[in-house]
Amino acid sequence: MIENNTTLFQKRRLFIFFILFSLFFLGSPNLVFAQNDFPTDDQVNAIAKELYCPVCENIPLDVCPTQACAQWRALIKEKMIAGWTKAEIKQYFVDQYGDRVLAQPPARGLNLLVYILPPLVFVGGMVLVYSNLKKIKKVPEKIVQNPNIDDEKYLKEMEEALKVMNKKEDLS
Amino acid sequence: MENSRIEEQKDHKKLPRWVIIAAFAILLGFLALMGWGLRNAQQGPVQVGQKVPPFQLTSFDGETIKTEELQGKVIVVNFWASWCKPCEQEAAELEEAWQFYKDSGEVVFLGVDYVDTETEARGYLEKFDISYPNGPDLRTAISQIFKISGVPETYIIDRNGKLAARKIGPFISVSEITSMIDSALNQ
Repeated sequence: MIENNTTLFQKRRLFIFFILFSLFFLGSPNLVFAQNDFPTDDQVNAIAKELYCPVCENIPLDVCPTQACAQWRALIKEKMIAGWTKAEIKQYFVDQYGDRVLAQPPARGLNLLVYILPPLVFVGGMVLVYSNLKKIKKVPEKIVQNPNIDDEKYLKEMEEALKVMNKKEDLS
Repeated sequence: MENSRIEEQKDHKKLPRWVIIAAFAILLGFLALMGWGLRNAQQGPVQVGQKVPPFQLTSFDGETIKTEELQGKVIVVNFWASWCKPCEQEAAELEEAWQFYKDSGEVVFLGVDYVDTETEARGYLEKFDISYPNGPDLRTAISQIFKISGVPETYIIDRNGKLAARKIGPFISVSEITSMIDSALNQ
């Protein structure tokens, strides 16, 4: 019983101490927090991922190991600290190094072909496959339904030819 | 028998002529485009004796230099980058050569900073005390004209706007630079 009372008292004291401690820090007029690590490497890489190294072949900027790429990642960080948006940073890279730095080519000029041709070819192919499948389905129906087909003559000719061939084989 | 043939013919409906023509035109256009792209890609750098297309360079100081306005002068176009280690080998020599020709007014040096970051590029120019005009190769427009394969590369254009000499890789000495410029001046 006495033990219970002391633990309860200790808990209450801890609680009061916690409240006072919190009030002291919250009420303080000059709060100083640790600086945010902005932008983080992940945030920089999120933009770098959408850009390609202008001097290496097909290597996204976020995974490129060269010194030049490290400079460009540092540049992205610099621009982010300066408050530039993702679009502004990407545009800056395009202005400096050309469209080839973009992971997705802009939909203008000859680049339009990249966006137009594949869907066109796909749709064309689908239409072609569909129309051919339709024809394949139609052919057997046509043979069964058409009573005027005169196969007898050809069948007889075939049988005769086979007979001749068999005879030749027997003779040899 | 006749009926079945007629029915078969009906099934094999021909595509309208304009569709066939359009399809062939698209195909031919696409092939022509591919051929054009391939031809451009396979074209090597500007050859010695060939006319160099005019271009302009905006220096880091904001000055715009147009090669069209430099007719009658020998132009030395040097491609470099701050991340390029071999470029550092020739940086001092190029500056020395520039100092040699500067006062004659017959030779113009242009440093083209190929896909670089401005802060590092300025640091490089400061480090090697480079005083001739240097500027970024915006959208790689200039390097595409010369179809460079890397950095450093130097192109010397004669007084008539034709390519007089080309150096792939770094210069070893000042005399190597001056001998190339002198032969362009004497042409």
